Amino acid sequence: MAVTNDLIQQKLTAKFGEGFFHFEESYGMLTIEAPKEQNLKVLQFLYEEEELAFRFLTDLCAVNYPDLPGRELAVVYHLHNLANNLRIRFKVFTGIENPDIFTASKLFSSANWMERETYDFFGVNFVGHPNLKRILNVDEMDYFPMRKEFPLEDQTRRDKDDEMFGRG
Amino acid sequence: MTENHHHHVKLPEGSIEKQTTTLNVGPTHPATHGVFQNIMELDGERIVSTESTVGYIHRAFEKIAERRPLYQITPLTDRLNYCSSPINNMGWHLTCEKLLGVETPKRVDYLRIIIMELARISDHLICNSIVGVDTGAYTGFLYVMQYRELIYEIYEEVCGSRLTTNIGRIGGFERNFSNTAFTKLEKFLKEYPSVLKEFENLFTRNRIFMERTIGTGAISAERALNYGFTGPNLRATGVDYDVRVHSPYSSYEDFDFTIPVGSTGDNYDRFLVRNEEMWQSLGIIQQAYRKIQEFKGEEAEVFHANVPEYYLPEKKDVYTKMEALIWHFKIIMGEVDMPKGEVYKSVEGGNGELGFYLISDGGRAPFRLHFRRPCFIYYQAYPELVTGGMLSDAIVTMSSLNLIAGEMDA
Repeated sequence: MAVTNDLIQQKLTAKFGEGFFHFEESYGMLTIEAPKEQNLKVLQFLYEEEELAFRFLTDLCAVNYPDLPGRELAVVYHLHNLANNLRIRFKVFTGIENPDIFTASKLFSSANWMERETYDFFGVNFVGHPNLKRILNVDEMDYFPMRKEFPLEDQTRRDKDDEMFGRG
Repeated sequence: MTENHHHHVKLPEGSIEKQTTTLNVGPTHPATHGVFQNIMELDGERIVSTESTVGYIHRAFEKIAERRPLYQITPLTDRLNYCSSPINNMGWHLTCEKLLGVETPKRVDYLRIIIMELARISDHLICNSIVGVDTGAYTGFLYVMQYRELIYEIYEEVCGSRLTTNIGRIGGFERNFSNTAFTKLEKFLKEYPSVLKEFENLFTRNRIFMERTIGTGAISAERALNYGFTGPNLRATGVDYDVRVHSPYSSYEDFDFTIPVGSTGDNYDRFLVRNEEMWQSLGIIQQAYRKIQEFKGEEAEVFHANVPEYYLPEKKDVYTKMEALIWHFKIIMGEVDMPKGEVYKSVEGGNGELGFYLISDGGRAPFRLHFRRPCFIYYQAYPELVTGGMLSDAIVTMSSLNLIAGEMDA
């Protein structure tokens, strides 16, 4: 049986129960959201279940939503079932005050550096990571530069009128 | 009375008793071919452990992109894998087109494929000839360079620049290919096969080269997949994953080509896979060129899709036509908002799956843009590949992995 977005939803709901996940489809790609405490269990299930077999971690990154209280940070996994050539997106949200997420580096060796990068730029604390330290920025940096609270340009500048450039 | 001051060099605790040597390779070592560092512990010439440091040329592209309209992000993508910038550019355009729902005409797709496959050839050419240099054979590198030059001349004819190309636009190309571009392409198609053959003759059955590359830097298919390997490095382990075939873009499904695979995943297999891919790319370019010649009449002049909201109008129209002037102004000043949505789009880059994860909140600039940079992901396997081996093999492994610092550090 071909693996389809519907089948994935059925299998996940059967395993974890109704209302556990939030499903969405964006440009054909199934997006799954789960509570952050369960991220490893979901990843493990997606990995090990014979038919699902999402065994390739294509990408891992974070997104900062400053306007969502308690859900300011999202960690996004892009997973790929290579045998059936199907991709899914898996998201967990966390509050910015306590940004702990279990590391996926035991399951995927590739997650090691991608989690370090995500920590480096967003300050997501990957619990259980073997070597969680900055990777692209200097070690002395004391903030997480990709968070939206750090605007790209100097906000004290008065010589540019953003409204005129469609950037208000 | 003066005291006799002895100035001693203070050595770190335990460094006299230590049985291994610490060697700092990089960040600007002639053998690293890029700005990255490895701190190695050596027992004689054997590597006991190594720690990689990256980030020396981090330029915050993802942050910068959050304040730029789509067309201003293309030059950022140039600077990822700068050995094959056009593939990055096209990947970015395709991502935007996916979000915006832009359909490109077939002729545009085929022109893009010509450029992307030329880029693949120039990327593999550099990588493989550098593997040659690192095993002591400089000739191959010098011999093939003139054909990379010819590829760059073709880029130049199409977009005006050579290395960081900023080639194409959302919807197609900035201008049609000139006759000179096609003449140069014909010259390339005619002359390059014999050069590639000669290049292979210099290396493939060369005893020294084989001794240096067979069995060094090897990885199993299972480990490679777990480490997120893609591209030729993954295919060298025997996994036939290629984005062009698995998730075809730009009409790759219209083409006939095979995915070469290796079996051992070592430096030699990576070299062979890249060489064979160059032959396949040549075949694809030939097919694309034939298909382009089949277009007749108006169709033969198409070089972009009809998307006035995102595709800059021709300059002469901007100066003479109201509509064109308005669109030009709106696009340049960033007055055009994109639809809300999230897309992931990937292309087969020179060294693996190059992905773009674009989140739009409906504004003029991305809310978030993340680049899946293939060599950043697979470079973390480097310690596993070289530990227990010789230092000199580690250098060859480094070049055969096709690590590009610009892409790694974003």
